[in-house]
Amino acid sequence: MTEAARGALGLKAKDFKTDQEVRWCPGCGDYAILAAVQGFMPELGIARENIVFISGIGCSSRFPYYMNTYGMHSIHGRAPAIATGLSSSRPDLSVWVVTGDGDALSIGGNHLIHALRRNVNLKILLFNNRIYGLTKGQYSPTSEVGKVTKSTPMGSLDNPFNPVSMALGAEATFVGRTLDSDRKHLTSVLRAAADHQGTALVEIYQNCNIFNDGAFDILKDSDTRDDWMIRMEHGQPLRFGADGSKAVVRAANGALAIEDGVADGDPRVVVHDAHAEDPAYPFALSRLSSLDSRYSPMGVFRSVQRPTYDAMMAAQLDQAAAKAPGDDAALDALLHGADTWTVA
Amino acid sequence: MSKSVEQLDRVVIRIAGDSGDGMQLTGDRFTAETALFGNDLSTLPNFPAEIRAPQGTLAGVSSFQLHFADHDILTPGDRPDVLVAMNPAALKANVGDLPKGATLIVDTHDFTARALGRIGWQSNPLEDGTLEGFVVHAVELTKLTLDALADTQLSRKDAGRSKNMFALGLLSWMYSRPTENTINFVRQKFASKPEIADANITAFRAGWNYGETTEAFAVQYEVKPAPQSTGTYRNISGNLALAYGLIAAARRAQLPMFLGAYPITPASDILHELSKHKRFGIRTFQAEDEIAGIGATLGAAFGGALGVTTSSGPGIALKGEAIGLAVSLELPLIICDIQRGGPSTGLPTKTEQSDLLQAMYGRNGEAPVPIVAPRSPGDCFDTAIEAARIALTYRTPVFLLSDGYLANGSEPWRIPAVADLPDLRVEYTTEPNGPNGEFLPYLRDPETLARPWAVPGTPGLEHRVGGIEKADRTGNISYDPDNHDFMVRTRQAKVDGIARSLAPLEVDDPNADARVLVLGWGSTYGPIGAACRQIRAAGASIAQVHLRHLNPFPNDLGGILARYQKVVIPEMNLGQLALLIRAKYLIDTLSVTQVRGLPFKADELAEMLQGVIEND
Repeated sequence: MTEAARGALGLKAKDFKTDQEVRWCPGCGDYAILAAVQGFMPELGIARENIVFISGIGCSSRFPYYMNTYGMHSIHGRAPAIATGLSSSRPDLSVWVVTGDGDALSIGGNHLIHALRRNVNLKILLFNNRIYGLTKGQYSPTSEVGKVTKSTPMGSLDNPFNPVSMALGAEATFVGRTLDSDRKHLTSVLRAAADHQGTALVEIYQNCNIFNDGAFDILKDSDTRDDWMIRMEHGQPLRFGADGSKAVVRAANGALAIEDGVADGDPRVVVHDAHAEDPAYPFALSRLSSLDSRYSPMGVFRSVQRPTYDAMMAAQLDQAAAKAPGDDAALDALLHGADTWTVA
Repeated sequence: MSKSVEQLDRVVIRIAGDSGDGMQLTGDRFTAETALFGNDLSTLPNFPAEIRAPQGTLAGVSSFQLHFADHDILTPGDRPDVLVAMNPAALKANVGDLPKGATLIVDTHDFTARALGRIGWQSNPLEDGTLEGFVVHAVELTKLTLDALADTQLSRKDAGRSKNMFALGLLSWMYSRPTENTINFVRQKFASKPEIADANITAFRAGWNYGETTEAFAVQYEVKPAPQSTGTYRNISGNLALAYGLIAAARRAQLPMFLGAYPITPASDILHELSKHKRFGIRTFQAEDEIAGIGATLGAAFGGALGVTTSSGPGIALKGEAIGLAVSLELPLIICDIQRGGPSTGLPTKTEQSDLLQAMYGRNGEAPVPIVAPRSPGDCFDTAIEAARIALTYRTPVFLLSDGYLANGSEPWRIPAVADLPDLRVEYTTEPNGPNGEFLPYLRDPETLARPWAVPGTPGLEHRVGGIEKADRTGNISYDPDNHDFMVRTRQAKVDGIARSLAPLEVDDPNADARVLVLGWGSTYGPIGAACRQIRAAGASIAQVHLRHLNPFPNDLGGILARYQKVVIPEMNLGQLALLIRAKYLIDTLSVTQVRGLPFKADELAEMLQGVIEND
């Protein structure tokens, strides 16, 4: 869509605000995400009535109440399933799912992976704060091992999910990661997700200032962020560090590695390809965090084209109707079947 | 040779064999021939949950029972007049159900010491007097089939598989059934394997000819067509009628249908059937689990589709939370529960009526859901349409409680004209309804208490719904005590109000002098009706009322119950309807229950009811 067409609706961020009082804790990262989404929505060029936000349960899942579009605040973990039914039966709509690390990866993990593998046309915003907020501070499926919480006084034993690795394992066609406080980056990833046909999963690192404050400070503090945040731009070398001397390189064994002091023009430096068909490459990128959990590639890991579930389902219906229309005569013939007898 | 022809008014046949022997197919074909011939009929398939249980074991026995008659009948019959047993296990598992004098046709092929020993028979029942009192035809069915196919290229193993068709041919001869459709059916079914089609047809004809020529079968039987009211008929199973009813409902509502389902016995055939009919605008979604099945359906209903989810008891348990959400969102949704034996996995392929209380109460909070239940295979069609009417009119999830017996059983069905079906059209809300030009998603219709159905894509009606309690009219989140009390009572009143739309109950009390009333619901209609006929034929009086609506009960039910001295409620559970009736009407009831995975026997019900009448 052209910029002119996008602007034609004349919508502003305030048009996407509702009259409902926003009830997240003061200082919650959700406020920044809400503002960024409301600010970005006019760019979509889609009328408000054609946009639907669907959520599950949790702090993030209150989101639809604050968006002046159609919306549904559903039940824990089920938003991707509900959105699948809506999107596949109404391909004309722009359907967004708002979820959290507990909602999407714990109770709703099954629905998430199946939405991803089907490639339903959904934009899934996964607010990851690595803690349970609404139930007041238990560890989540993305909490680090050893996390001391109300339900794990001696430290949690569970190995956490890496949501990006998990999504790529399900062969998601679009996976991105961004940060609540970086509105510019957040908006750029939202834009790329919105332009994608198919399921787009955007992991948004989000600070819970009550139960897990500062979880992402290392990526926000100007003294540390350049050392740990790896910004991915399609077609650009994956270099980072304050002076750009750190880089993601392809080691002799083919694995991705991180090296410091990489010289200019070193051919081992990986040039990011967000459109690589083979999910092994973005998966390897997502595993850089396993070298040191502080390494955080940010941006679009993967964006590839595959037919959407919605479109394929609609095509089957069209194909069937083109062969023989489903009218009253067809229903009458169906009810009769092959073997009938008549009593006069 | 010429054979004598004996007239019968009704016959009950049971065909039994290994679950891989094609007994269900044989039964289906014999049923189709019988339906075309014009007999009234009722069927009872009975098969194990295992796809291929070990051969020759009691656990692996699959059977199909067919009752056909020259008059109107209501049940698949209590006791078979004829049993076809394809192996020793099939004989052992079924012989106890036969009345003395019944006819037995037994394939002798597997009556070896080893096979007999496997099922605990020390001697051969064909020779040791076990079967005294029955008319036994010991036939080398397998060998005769192999002989008939000796000239083909088929292996012995493949040729032997046609023995069910030999049996079908023999039965078709015995009961003078038309055969042309079966031959056409085989040709179509094996269109890609003509050698298999030929073998089956050869075996089928060999079976017919064997009956015609052998001296062992001296009598051919004739059961005249049953008088039926005018119209065009077909044979139909409950699951097929249910699927067709849903398609018809969507068509009459002029809505696209969305079916979200996860495969489960005995409901899967509805998913299979609906997935074939995409040209009617039907989307079928085989979900990752039961919860996603209903979740996606609810999402589609929010988008304006006629949403349907199909399952059985265990799946309904998983759907409970989402059904509660549907109650809260007040969106139309049809939940088909094809009940089976429970609890837990229970008896997947056997019938039971034990999900009534789950449908009624199986959710957190006060979450009323209307419930309807079909009474016969063909009635599944009309009940599906009624479920759609309620869901669409009142914007509510609706339970349809069928069961395994109705799902797989079949009967002749008079095909309705599409134009005569109820008009189910609904209109989405397209304009703001508030006093200040705003949209109030929970402003209700004063008559039905239904809320507006404003679907995404409608400008100016953007709104949010959710599972948190909503304020009256606006639908905004509300924790206000009085509002919650009001909303809970209003949702209940909406469901209760459906009773005002129901036709008066039919009371079957021919002489209006009965003192005992039998009250039933669902698939017990046939056995109860047959039992009542027996009692009346014996000169006593009894009244029958059968409920299609279980929630809410029809408004005239209380008055009807009060007119009778005794109310007997037979159920295939431990008294779930009886509990509801006692609680609501404060009357005593005689709860008669059975949970054997099989329908009631009409004879046993009649005997029990006779006892109640005599002790009155």
